[in-house]
Amino acid sequence: MSADPALTRLGAAALGAAVGAGEVTAREVLEAHLDAIAARDGVVADGDVWHARDAADLGPDDLHAFLVVTAARARDAADAVDRRRAAGEALGPLAGVPLALKDVLTMRGAPTTCGSRMLEGWVPPYDATVTERLAAAGIVVLGKTNMDEFAMGSSTENSAYGPTRNPWDPDRVPGGSSGGSAAAVAGCLAPLGVGTDTGGSIRQPAAFTGLVGGKPTYGAVSRYGLVAFASSLDQAGPFARDVTDAALLHAVMAGPDPRDATSDPTDPADVVAALGRGVEGLRVGVVEELEEAGCEPGVRAVFLAAVAALEAAGATVERVSLPHAGYGLPAYYLVAPAEASSNLARFDGVRYGRRVDAATAEAMNAATRGEGFGPEVRRRIMIGTHALSSGYVDAYYLQAARVRTLIARDFATAFDRVDVLISPTAPGVAFRIGAVADPLAMYRNDVATVPASLAGVPAVSVPIGTADDGAGSGPLPVGLQIMAPLRADDRCYRVARAVEAVVGFDPDPAAHGAGVRR
Amino acid sequence: MSLSEDEVRHVAALARLALDDDEIAALTPQLADILAYAAEVGAVATDDVAPMTHPLGLEDVTRPDVPGERLPADAVLAAAPDRVGDRFGVPRIVEEDA
Repeated sequence: MSADPALTRLGAAALGAAVGAGEVTAREVLEAHLDAIAARDGVVADGDVWHARDAADLGPDDLHAFLVVTAARARDAADAVDRRRAAGEALGPLAGVPLALKDVLTMRGAPTTCGSRMLEGWVPPYDATVTERLAAAGIVVLGKTNMDEFAMGSSTENSAYGPTRNPWDPDRVPGGSSGGSAAAVAGCLAPLGVGTDTGGSIRQPAAFTGLVGGKPTYGAVSRYGLVAFASSLDQAGPFARDVTDAALLHAVMAGPDPRDATSDPTDPADVVAALGRGVEGLRVGVVEELEEAGCEPGVRAVFLAAVAALEAAGATVERVSLPHAGYGLPAYYLVAPAEASSNLARFDGVRYGRRVDAATAEAMNAATRGEGFGPEVRRRIMIGTHALSSGYVDAYYLQAARVRTLIARDFATAFDRVDVLISPTAPGVAFRIGAVADPLAMYRNDVATVPASLAGVPAVSVPIGTADDGAGSGPLPVGLQIMAPLRADDRCYRVARAVEAVVGFDPDPAAHGAGVRR
Repeated sequence: MSLSEDEVRHVAALARLALDDDEIAALTPQLADILAYAAEVGAVATDDVAPMTHPLGLEDVTRPDVPGERLPADAVLAAAPDRVGDRFGVPRIVEEDA
């Protein structure tokens, strides 16, 4: 099968349009991306299902974005799109477009590990709603991507299967926890990716890899088939190399689902229709507490330049306070671990995944969990269990949940004055693999992203330029976060599109002299 | 925030996590640091503030009480570490009568 490598440089909308017009087949698009994966990702490209090499056997430039590539199944899906087109069926805008799916969402018959040894070998018997919706749109899933174990982390270093590398510099992390999907899209192994975001796990890797990444309003995208980390926070969302592609994917994913009781029963905002409206007359609030929250000077300079560009494009910019935003991180690191400790109780060695045999049921549970979970997951289960335990639940968990109410009120008050809020997405640029060893220091990556998570409001990160880390890193991407009121996801994408238009960021690392280790 | 190794052992037991002495020793100062940081939420006045559970305020979501789609038992049990007929096998949890 001939495959033109130039197809991997095209965005999702362009590929979907070309497939729809018959200029290229979905199969040709797929093969180009499979070739790119085979060349660059460190998978054993053989047979129906390609597996990632063991971490010790990976080359120094292998991205390791995919844990598994479902090649035969993707070829079947692409061929089905081509048959539908040949039969004269109308195709959706993303039909025939390949996608990288985070390994925390189930796809029937393909392994789901969540980046954990606990679930090694587990093959789910059902599709996540997200997976169903992707298939219904004719999107071709390439495979499952690497992630911090059970989505707990900000670098993808917590995967039991080894870290993913950043296409901007292979010695650096792509962010996390959805680092595999981010690296796949930034490295042109896929034009689209799906991640999940609990406290920033889509937005921060999008910022670190020069992508657009969105966390929908809580409840907009069904969590059915999303292996739960923190149920009141988890949302799946898109990665793409431009805003239009991200909005098109968001539109495919969002919508009510009776199989998820926390799903929003109202129809989702039309994020695509809003894209061209610009920011003329729009009121933009720069969040004081997040603007300066330990930002590297390079990040801050790029952020301020983007704010000036927004103003030049016709937006009214003012500084706005979210008085409790500074308590977002400590509140998050109680609420999320508490929910995780409860959710991850299901991994008990009985129904699926790993089991370590022992004489009693309780000893079997404990041995299985002690061996199956990695250090960060164990740490969070311990924090959460402590925060929920008798004598501590009021001071820790319930107090954090009350602070969460106050943060949500802060957002509501701010949105009386402005249409959207903005901040840098992350305080710094992508750091070196292994550079952040202290758990608390790693958590501080999430300082600007957790407030929107706690409030449930939608937020999109859009790339606005590059900065170095002040220590000889070379140019690395910087993201700007746009937050909007509950259910106003359209406003996030509208502003993101306007930012993209005025900034003109090129997502190709080579265009910035990056893509090599420094 | 001080936290003793015995307290950490107690939490590990509650969490059903088998951790050896080295892991307990490594975890204790880390958890103390993280909990000390998280305890900053205690500085916020929250009198008369209700804890938030769902961002959109949905509650008591129900569905019609009719059978929905079900997975076949074989599909579910295929993933079990220990399958005994149509059941999940576990170590004995009830002693036999003497």
